[in-house]
Amino acid sequence: MTPPGAATNGKATAHTHTSELLRFATAGSVDDGKSTLIGRLLFDSKQVFADQLAHVEAVSERRGDGYVNLALLTDGLRAEREQGITIDVAYRYFATPKRKFIIADTPGHEQYTRNMVTGASTADLSLVLIDARKGVIEQSKRHAYIASLLGIPHLVVCVNKMDLVGWDEEVFEQIVEDFADVSAPLGLRDVTFIPISALLGDNVVERSEEMPWYQGPTLLHHLEHVHIASDRNFADVRFPVQWVIRPQSLEHPDYRGYAGRVAGGVLRPGDEVVVLPGGRRTRIAAIDDHERALGEAFPPMSVTVRLADDLDVGRGDVLCRPEDAPEPTRRLEADVCWMADAPLRPGGRYALKHTTRSARAVVDAIEHRVDVHSLRPEPNPAELALNDIGRVHLGTSERLVADPYARNRTTGSFILIDEATNDTVGAGMIVATG
Amino acid sequence: MTSRYELSHLRALEAEAVHVMREVAAELERPVLLFSGGKDSIVLLRLAEKAFRPAGFPFPVMHVDTGHNFPEVIEFRDRRVAQLGERLIVASVQDSIDRGRVVEETGPRASRNRLQTITLLDALAEHGFDAAFGGARRDEERARAKERVLSFRDDFGQWDPKAQRPELWSLYNGRIRQGEHVRVFPLSNWTELDVWRYIAEERLEVPTIYFAHERAVFERDGMLYAHSPYVELVDGEEPFEATVRYRTVGDMTCTGGVRSRATSLREVVAEIAATRITERGETRADDRVTEAAMEDRKREGYF
Repeated sequence: MTPPGAATNGKATAHTHTSELLRFATAGSVDDGKSTLIGRLLFDSKQVFADQLAHVEAVSERRGDGYVNLALLTDGLRAEREQGITIDVAYRYFATPKRKFIIADTPGHEQYTRNMVTGASTADLSLVLIDARKGVIEQSKRHAYIASLLGIPHLVVCVNKMDLVGWDEEVFEQIVEDFADVSAPLGLRDVTFIPISALLGDNVVERSEEMPWYQGPTLLHHLEHVHIASDRNFADVRFPVQWVIRPQSLEHPDYRGYAGRVAGGVLRPGDEVVVLPGGRRTRIAAIDDHERALGEAFPPMSVTVRLADDLDVGRGDVLCRPEDAPEPTRRLEADVCWMADAPLRPGGRYALKHTTRSARAVVDAIEHRVDVHSLRPEPNPAELALNDIGRVHLGTSERLVADPYARNRTTGSFILIDEATNDTVGAGMIVATG
Repeated sequence: MTSRYELSHLRALEAEAVHVMREVAAELERPVLLFSGGKDSIVLLRLAEKAFRPAGFPFPVMHVDTGHNFPEVIEFRDRRVAQLGERLIVASVQDSIDRGRVVEETGPRASRNRLQTITLLDALAEHGFDAAFGGARRDEERARAKERVLSFRDDFGQWDPKAQRPELWSLYNGRIRQGEHVRVFPLSNWTELDVWRYIAEERLEVPTIYFAHERAVFERDGMLYAHSPYVELVDGEEPFEATVRYRTVGDMTCTGGVRSRATSLREVVAEIAATRITERGETRADDRVTEAAMEDRKREGYF
């Protein structure tokens, strides 16, 4: 028993070359063939192991699928296999000689907006599946909206099940046109359309012989070549301090290093920095990476910065370059995705975590709620319910060193935590500060 | 257009893992790093060096010792922790048995694998640890693919896959109540091959059983187990000499060796890159019990 249209499944050879990391999120409704597509990507790029395949074959046979159901490769939990659904975000890994890929695989049903937002939050690219027979449906619009809301720089629209519409170019072109009507107002910059058959493998890894009219790349080729290196903000220096390293040992009696992950810009020894929210200025004396001294550090590196002056710097402080430092603020205007059963209401109080700083936040007002069907804002809603997305005004107990999310995904994002249950209840993307 | 500000995927994974370790050290009161002497936890120790040197680690290192480990691994464990100058706690399954906390299994397929969970949970409670770093990776097993980097455990140590906190961006929620704890998996996004490439790049020492060596083994269920005092042979099982290496380091009772000629890190990397079978599928009897064996053990509080 082999999957239909299977390529010969020999294992890729060892690649010694170091490659980039591309994280992408997939979204699709239950029947779009998303799990099949991921199974196909893993299978055709030789990332499925013999024992995994044997397992899938055995289960497919037991279920009477009649073919090797590649969707079973990605469904991990007992309940998922039993009910044929995907419960939660699952992470999958595969690599080609060019890149290593992390897939955040999220279920597409409406009640799982929170999972889609979660999967999308770390993605460089979003992959949206559209069933060629159904065309652009409400859910496709919602996926495009979430991709734009989460600031994912690249979108790939796979028009799937082309085999079921006779490989018809017109069907594909119509979907491209319809989707453009959706994506243009969302400001999505880079959208690529690929006609595929996940079940048969056409244009996933191997080029399709059925659609000579399509001249573009296969999905895997696109994933390997899409340019992501300049997506991060290398302009505005942002270094949130995570941890202060003070050995106070005989060997290092005076060492004081500020450990953290570069959130923006390029840091170099000698650069002037301002420590926010306090506002004192100093210079970077050195940048340490374990036993090495670095000439520069950039996102997303984790390093330790030593400063020229002995200042009182601690966790939650952010080192910035004075010229483009943000004004610390206690007022945030943000788009919030609500993830809890108990709704968000004006007056609600939560713990807020932003970069390495924790504070308390109070909801001053809910400006609007986005209707997930029409994608239009409804002004002044009473609350945000589970899976709602809306524009919220917050006041915070401490001054935050924040940027608009569109400018920096790290310093522009926060989570809200219910202090009674300790659950993460909201995901926020800052629109404006002050 | 290319940017010169690019990190290789290994360095990107390293930066992410170091970030996770520092967050947990900063936000939780009493973390501990679980070290088995296996390849994944060897990488964890290296990442802790990257995160906290030149200071000492802000947490001790702990091994849950079943008493059925490979002696080469125990020797390596003690030496490595001493080299680093860090504190090692050994939580012993034998102690749990002696104190009547768990009952030893008997018979040819007896294993202490499942008993470890109790020893681990008891040790976490005894020392008041509220966070435990582990080397588990999402690529290892289906249930693990669904687990968070910071994985919340209730006061029974249980994992509830349907009630996990959403984990967004790199903002980890480490808030817990008294008696609860989090498991922390900085290597969540690493694959077996990434781990070996990193060990090779960083020139890290690993226990000798990871390289091909001669050993007395016997065959059971298609796997080659070490002939040791801890496993009873059944009729038809005859020990013989073979050249094997180990892909995973677990108990001698449940970890199978693979036939291999790989005697250097380079050869191991090449072997892993070309392998056709997952590490747990090839070498771990503990995952073969049922289709959801790992999910069930994880729910109980396993690593």
